[in-house]
Amino acid sequence: MDWSDSPEQAKFRQEVRGFIQQKLPEPYRPKAGEATGEGEGFAGGWQADRKSEDPKRRATAQEWATALADKGWIAPAWPKEYGGAGLSTIEQFIYNQEMAEAAAPSVGGMGVSMLGPTLIVHGSPEQKKEHLSRILSGEVAWAQGYSEPGAGSDLASLQTRAVRDGDEYVINGQKIWTSGAHFADWLFALVRTDPQAPKHRGISFMIMDIKSPGLTVRPLINMGWEHGFNETFFEDVRVPAKNIVGEENRGWYVGMTLLDFERSGIAGAVSYRRGMGEMKEFLSGKGKSYRRQDWNTTRLELADRAIETEVLFNFAFRIVTIQNRGQVPNYEASVNKTFGSELHQRLSRTQSKAWGLYANVWDRTSKYAPMQAAHIHDYVGSVPHSIFSGSNEIQRNVIATRGLGLPRG
Amino acid sequence: MDLGLNEQQELLKNSAREFLENECPETHVREMEEDEKGYSPVLWQKMAEQGWHGLLVPEQYGGAGFDFVDQMVLVEELGRALVPGPYMSSVFGGAVPILEAGSEAQKQEFLPKIAAGEVIFSLALTEPSARFDEAGIQAQATVSGNDVTINGTKLFVPDAHVADYLIVAARSSKGVTLAIVPTKQAGVKSTVLQTIARDKQCEVVLNNAKGTLLGAEGAGWAALAPVIQKYTVAECAYLVGLAQMDFEIAVDYAKERVQFGRPIGSFQAIQHKCADMVTDVDGSRFIMYKAAWSIASGQPAGETSIAVNMAKAWCSEATRRVVAHGQQIHGGIGFTKDYKIQLFYRRQKRAELAFGDADFHRELVAQQLGL
Ligand SMILES: Cc1cc2nc3c(=O)[nH]c(=O)nc-3n(C[C@H](O)[C@H](O)[C@H](O)COP(=O)(O)OP(=O)(O)OC[C@H]3O[C@@H](n4cnc5c(N)ncnc54)[C@H](O)[C@@H]3O)c2cc1C
Ligand SMILES: Cc1cc2nc3c(=O)[nH]c(=O)nc-3n(C[C@H](O)[C@H](O)[C@H](O)COP(=O)(O)OP(=O)(O)OC[C@H]3O[C@@H](n4cnc5c(N)ncnc54)[C@H](O)[C@@H]3O)c2cc1C
Repeated sequence: MDWSDSPEQAKFRQEVRGFIQQKLPEPYRPKAGEATGEGEGFAGGWQADRKSEDPKRRATAQEWATALADKGWIAPAWPKEYGGAGLSTIEQFIYNQEMAEAAAPSVGGMGVSMLGPTLIVHGSPEQKKEHLSRILSGEVAWAQGYSEPGAGSDLASLQTRAVRDGDEYVINGQKIWTSGAHFADWLFALVRTDPQAPKHRGISFMIMDIKSPGLTVRPLINMGWEHGFNETFFEDVRVPAKNIVGEENRGWYVGMTLLDFERSGIAGAVSYRRGMGEMKEFLSGKGKSYRRQDWNTTRLELADRAIETEVLFNFAFRIVTIQNRGQVPNYEASVNKTFGSELHQRLSRTQSKAWGLYANVWDRTSKYAPMQAAHIHDYVGSVPHSIFSGSNEIQRNVIATRGLGLPRG
Repeated sequence: MDLGLNEQQELLKNSAREFLENECPETHVREMEEDEKGYSPVLWQKMAEQGWHGLLVPEQYGGAGFDFVDQMVLVEELGRALVPGPYMSSVFGGAVPILEAGSEAQKQEFLPKIAAGEVIFSLALTEPSARFDEAGIQAQATVSGNDVTINGTKLFVPDAHVADYLIVAARSSKGVTLAIVPTKQAGVKSTVLQTIARDKQCEVVLNNAKGTLLGAEGAGWAALAPVIQKYTVAECAYLVGLAQMDFEIAVDYAKERVQFGRPIGSFQAIQHKCADMVTDVDGSRFIMYKAAWSIASGQPAGETSIAVNMAKAWCSEATRRVVAHGQQIHGGIGFTKDYKIQLFYRRQKRAELAFGDADFHRELVAQQLGL
């Protein structure tokens, strides 16, 4: 066993660090005494910046995208032949870790992480040609239309209907919780093409311009009073038949493609550790007066969170170890997701507790908001982390049945 | 021994629930989140007509003369309906301190008006130090006869922006001193903070603010002890009602929401959450009423004190677990602003923090246990 970098890995790590040091635009750099926040949220970050009304934010997003594109690092995991960096799993891991250490926003969103890889495996040559390069240049952002009001955990029961009509499909129905659709240019969706078939076998994977006639994106405001996700309605939306990815009625398997990419979730672990470091800096420096009377209790609880973060790091290292040995993680990825999201929630609780009454303050700009109220925002913002990407109940079911071989209830 | 409600309490509970279902629906709670005042004077007056503002106030001062346990039955219902506005401030931060420390003349002057809902009071206790102990009181008081002049900043003062009077704890050469301070004067400036609960907590800057003594100079902290106890238990009662409702909404949802061809409430993972919720809610209710009963029936000071600290320590954490489960059971819809469950999640935090969270009260429990 070895927790340290090999000489090549250390060299690559230096390369990533040097790049960030040189190229990360000033506005994206962490400021002393401020919180960078745990992760970028599900619809903020680069995607929001590139469509911002503020020209400075747009310029920053563009500057960072260009720097990454020039280096070939927008899609570090994609094979070189598709314009990716073709990094090995362990290099991807180091890349993700270092970007997270620097709190650098990732570029390309779901286009890079989900749609691109799916097209690489299942896309037609035309689809690859048309879409991959536009993801790599940061020109096009994607949103994911899977969930429906009646199909959440039971995704395969989805009802949005696509009917073939000549060279087109006509789509009717509704998606919900479509994160970032208001920033997106294109949508990838699962739709029902054969209502007679068993539910997993009548679904197709389709891509479409989000501006297609009949397609409406309506904002949903979340409990943090922010616009992150949307409802997406389809009324006779016509999609060219060539926009189906993979075979008709095989969309479930296309959508579930197990991507051969680094899946450790290291960014979360890094951001929790960074967040605790920032808090420590603040509380031992200019925020000293915020220490509560019974600070020692909070102090021990923070130590608990630090220990749990260490556990999460090791879970992440385990995944990379498995992948690096050419094997495919099984229940282990579900362990990371479950443990990581619940740690996130506990951490936001512990951190906001440290402020005592000041945890009431929601206004980030208030002079009474310690660290810009980051932690109480996170106390709200971490709520859905145990729900999206497969709820923790579903993940635990997966661990128990697929992972441990227990019979289904 | 009997842990059930008596007939009068049942009546109070049922009529309060019915009244609030009609007068304080979810839409009203939402409106008040964005309202500058944060409460509806119309509802305020109707609540006063129900006799609620003076429930604890003896009849000779225009109240109903109910006891503290009865009062908690009502507060539980207010928590259930998330009633916005200065009720807690005016009753526990106004009527109660005046009952505890006021002169006969002050009782005559203020209690009937509080009971009638004609004036609003609030307690200006905490400061930027955010401490709940005596050392936290640093605002300066200068006393001359009955008159008090106060300088300093009070922070997290609920509803100060709509209060007619603040009861301010400040420090004179003789120690912590309480004063009744009218808000409509140049020396009092209240600024509303935006909070997670979208309630109205304020920064109050006192600049040569003029007030009158409440109790003797230097006797303020001793006078506050029973006030803080009652207010703390009231926050627990509010949490009990809030958590009870959150739990009921979640169980209803678990029965209705179908995934995989069956209600999600048929999955054991969800059932166990519901079972934990009812355990936490019931546990909160009884430990809260135990503290309320200790106060109402005048149990020995030591027993009452630890009962109050235990109640707030438990209720703060248990109700936090409840609202977290409430969110998880709802999946995506729970994260929307439009759906009701999040109102409870955000408000739980306010009451959890009020008068000290679980850590604060656990420490006091440990001290009293001699640990
Ligand atoms: C912030 C946010 C962003 C999202 N972004 C997107 C997006 O971009 N695109 C997209 O398509 N979707 C997105 N989603 C949707 C997300 O994937 C779903 O919310 C999730 O799959 C859960 O579905 P549901 O909300 O319908 O909850 P439900 O499936 O109704 O679940 C409700 C509760 O029941 C439990 N439950 C359900 N089935 C079982 C079972 N078999 N055993 C035990 N417990 C069970 C769940 O764990 C949960 O606690 C997002 C959701 C959120 C909250
Ligand atoms: C110290 C001790 C004293 C006892 N004294 C007595 C006594 O005086 N008289 C007497 O009659 N019995 C007694 N028992 C027996 C006791 O009642 C049983 O152990 C108990 O009912 C569980 O049955 P089991 O041991 O067969 O475990 P099982 O029923 O096989 O349970 C094994 C595990 O599966 C879980 N499980 C089972 N069914 C479900 C389900 N539907 N959903 C979820 N989880 C489930 C259980 O919770 C447990 O974790 C005693 C047991 C102990 C340990």
